Amino acid sequence: MNLMIAVPFVVPLLGAALALLLRRSPRAQRVSSAVTLAVVVAGATLLLDTTAGGAVAVTQAGGWDAPLGITLVVDPLSALLLLVSSVVLLLVLLYAVGQDISGLSRAMPQVFHPIYLVLTAGVCLSFMAGDLFNLFVGFEIMLTASYALITQALTRERVRASMIYTVVSLTSSILFLTGIALVYALTGTVNLADVAEKLGGAPPELRAVLALLFLVVFGIKAAIVPMHFWLPDSYPVAITRISAIFAALLTKVAVYAIIRTQTLLFAGDDISSVMLWIAIATMVVGILGALVQDDINRIMSFVLVSHIGFMIFGLALNTVAGIAGVLYYLVHHIVVQATMFLVNGLVRQYVGHTSLRSIRGLTAVSPVLALFFFLPALSLAGMPPMSGFVAKVALFEAGAQAGGWLVWTALVAGVLTSLLTLMAIFRVWVRAFWGTPLPDMLEARAELRRGPDVAGRRVMAVTTGAMVGAGIAVTVGAGPLLEIAFTAAEDLLDGDAYIEAVMEGAT
Amino acid sequence: MSAPGLLLVVAVAVLYSGGFYLLLQRSLMRVVLGIVMLGHAANLSLMLTDEAITLPPLLGGPQGEISDPLPQAMALTAIVITFGVTTFLLALAYRVWLGDNNDEVPDDLEDRRIGRLREPEDSS
Repeated sequence: MNLMIAVPFVVPLLGAALALLLRRSPRAQRVSSAVTLAVVVAGATLLLDTTAGGAVAVTQAGGWDAPLGITLVVDPLSALLLLVSSVVLLLVLLYAVGQDISGLSRAMPQVFHPIYLVLTAGVCLSFMAGDLFNLFVGFEIMLTASYALITQALTRERVRASMIYTVVSLTSSILFLTGIALVYALTGTVNLADVAEKLGGAPPELRAVLALLFLVVFGIKAAIVPMHFWLPDSYPVAITRISAIFAALLTKVAVYAIIRTQTLLFAGDDISSVMLWIAIATMVVGILGALVQDDINRIMSFVLVSHIGFMIFGLALNTVAGIAGVLYYLVHHIVVQATMFLVNGLVRQYVGHTSLRSIRGLTAVSPVLALFFFLPALSLAGMPPMSGFVAKVALFEAGAQAGGWLVWTALVAGVLTSLLTLMAIFRVWVRAFWGTPLPDMLEARAELRRGPDVAGRRVMAVTTGAMVGAGIAVTVGAGPLLEIAFTAAEDLLDGDAYIEAVMEGAT
Repeated sequence: MSAPGLLLVVAVAVLYSGGFYLLLQRSLMRVVLGIVMLGHAANLSLMLTDEAITLPPLLGGPQGEISDPLPQAMALTAIVITFGVTTFLLALAYRVWLGDNNDEVPDDLEDRRIGRLREPEDSS
């Protein structure tokens, strides 16, 4: 039994318990949480190393063999996502610690730390779950933690937002459970590898129904159009660190689940034309929504919805190049989206809100902040040479190789969306960053400089800078990252390596 | 299909349709009740996956045959989760009631406001 695999799930849970015990001493709690997440990062790095070259690491928790036991599986895809997520989780935690030190946030740190670590455990378990029910449990751990996190620093607006968020997530969870029941009725197993083998003999119509049901289930959580309405209503309202981590990770975990189920379970089923239409709708509707908003956080949320469309597009191609493009896009988007929300949190220091109506001349107020916004924003819009450009080129290339009128339509929609993203970003840039700063913004800056909380604000700035740096690292490391993505994509489309590794002990 | 099986199918159908109907209502209390019904529907459909649902669990009947324990284990886990989250939803609904003195789902104010942004231009 490979104990290493359990680290990203077990360590954060233990860390959460420790953080709960240390709630009376904020400093010890901060250190223990940061160390916990650093251990997860180290564990994920080792796992990425073990899976290099396409190997699949498996552990059967509880000692029961594959179809019955709780299987944890780490393939190159899981390992890559584990590493990126844990790095982002660590950086956002440090940012939150900075906020707490500077006293800029109304969140309760003694509540925040344990729940945040539980969220980490849920995210990691979702990436590693080897059976459908465990995937459900991973999702539930993650979502239950997120329900608690979104209600931090409760205001009337947040109560409303979390009500929407909770009800929508819960509906999708219940549909997920229904899907599990149907799969179990059809195959008599919930182990992903086992289901993949047994579904082969099922009638194609039934499999198509299941494939669509799971697309809806995870589609709600990934906020694909037409199931996206809840996201721009709930994410931007939460406090900075929460919206950053939600925007970066939660939708991506759902995208991961779509990739996993569609490639492993429903490999032979062709719902790719449905997915292409969904991709087109998601890209276009999302970005049009972004263009009319006037709150930076809401703009970023709509951009997030729109860019989920790119990932669905690559997946619908069902080729190695397409899926590799999606995986690189995932990595790029996790990092960049988190950065954007952290930067918005920094903007909030000067004006107390993120509405474009009363922000002017941020470049003059804080040149560093402008740089922090500018670099990830260019990446998000897909300008060369940033990582967004590399990701989009990889996807478009894969699309051009696949061909077909629908794919070309989606490609045109994708290019259009990129241009409109650029427009949305520049709207923010022109309105918030150019011009003469408003007098109360300069006052706020002077007050912040005088304030006793400089250390905390420095931590916030440094971690945001580190996130921007991580974004640049994704760009510079595009070569090796794409290599991993291609290995992972080959593994995913092949499927046999995964099934063999899991079922080894079963026979 | 056996009589208890058929009964379960009808119950599941009623629970799903009733649950989704309630989910689409304005009153938060009804939304919460809708979620409760949907949770029951999903758990009952887990039960439905076992053809031998009428057999006793664990201890076995006259020939030692038992019903499939796995769906029951899964339903148990799911019940715990839906129960916990329902409590949370109730607490939230109560907070909404405390804040607004009613339990209606309000309109999206931000959307309304952005819709209104265009109006002055039209009228001038």
